[in-house]
Amino acid sequence: MIRRALAISCLFALVGIAAVASTNVRAHADDAKLQTVSVTIHNFSFNPKEITVAKGTRVTWTNRDDVPHTVTSSQQKFRSKAPDTGDQFSFTFNESEAYAYFCSVHPMMTGKVIVQ
Amino acid sequence: VGDIIKQNLNPDGIDRRGFLQCMAWAGTGTLCVMQGGVLRSFVFGTDTNYSSALAKTDFAFAQISDSHIGFHKAANPDVTATLREAIAKLNALPHTPDFVLHTGDLSQLSKADEFDTLEQSLKDVRTGQIYYVPGEHDVLNDNAAQFRERYGKDTKGDGWYSFDHHGVHFIGLVNVLNLKAGGLGYLGPDQLAWLKDDVSHLKHSTPIIVFAHIPLWSIYPAWGWGTDDSEQALAYLKKFGSVTVLNGHIHQVMQKVEGNITFHTAMSTAFPQPAPGTAPSPGPMKVPEDKLRSVLGICDVNFVRGRHTLAVVDSTLQAESTAPAAASGASQ
Repeated sequence: MIRRALAISCLFALVGIAAVASTNVRAHADDAKLQTVSVTIHNFSFNPKEITVAKGTRVTWTNRDDVPHTVTSSQQKFRSKAPDTGDQFSFTFNESEAYAYFCSVHPMMTGKVIVQ
Repeated sequence: VGDIIKQNLNPDGIDRRGFLQCMAWAGTGTLCVMQGGVLRSFVFGTDTNYSSALAKTDFAFAQISDSHIGFHKAANPDVTATLREAIAKLNALPHTPDFVLHTGDLSQLSKADEFDTLEQSLKDVRTGQIYYVPGEHDVLNDNAAQFRERYGKDTKGDGWYSFDHHGVHFIGLVNVLNLKAGGLGYLGPDQLAWLKDDVSHLKHSTPIIVFAHIPLWSIYPAWGWGTDDSEQALAYLKKFGSVTVLNGHIHQVMQKVEGNITFHTAMSTAFPQPAPGTAPSPGPMKVPEDKLRSVLGICDVNFVRGRHTLAVVDSTLQAESTAPAAASGASQ
């Protein structure tokens, strides 16, 4: 019984690896459309402050502060509402360029997304 | 904290070290009186000179700030309760304030029900009128449209205005809109042009009181505690004999004298923020529950006509039994 359970677990594990592998292949094939990257807003700063991602990547910011912050493009390419604690904002980057952004509530908070 | 007032570059005889000491004690209830550019301080309620200074008051007004209605985190789960306590404090002042200034961050998230709660609470203030300027929390997603609809119907531009009271010229400025990446608070060219024109017809002897949310002096730029183009605004005010600038935003009392201009920031009615550089960020600071009301409070200002005396009194919701940590550093 135990042996059968182990075997089933191994099978699931193999299927899992296969699934991940195929996801990677598909991501490359479709210009990485399923790639996602997270940025945390904490202590009045974006962490990481600068990220480099592939074209088509969806970036999600999550506010971990007790105050509202925005994610606002310096070139007016995107602008979030002011997410409260725990709220998220996402944007998919489809052009290869460097996107500077800041918090329009606390403008000393700045960050950058470099899309390759 | 000791770095905030740097060396005295002006040979104007103002004792900035003495002022710094006053600054450190102001939060515990010190009366700071400017008389002919010389600062005097009295311990709140214990010095007989304090009573005589108040007795000569010509008129008084009060300032409250940073109520953050809607905030409910650990630093203060009930900001409406502490606002009500601040209102009780206002109503118990020795001189009924002719009006009250609210220097911004009425709300936490610019929500209609937050503004509603604030307005409902402030109906209990015994005063003639309440004047407002917005904080960055009041203009989050609509460029201050709701704020102006509620509190700024007779204002100019993005919400700035001025009025006269007993020969004193009051100016409300807006420095929380159109903020630039990497920058601080911002007044903008339109508002600066208006300000220049607004004060151009005044006699140089007219006392001026400016109020705005973000400090108009550079307190700690790394935390955004300053205003990019405040120098230009202050340049228009340099010719006047007595200028007082009242701000909020930093949730603690700080004062500075620079030539003819006295700067002052008020406590919050909601939660404290750390002293500059003493924490990873300027976010809401959690203090032990029994200490909270000793770091929240109100500010009232007593004006004595003919003596160019402005007494600024900060008082906390509850007396603090021990001196603040800043006091030891301030005397060095």
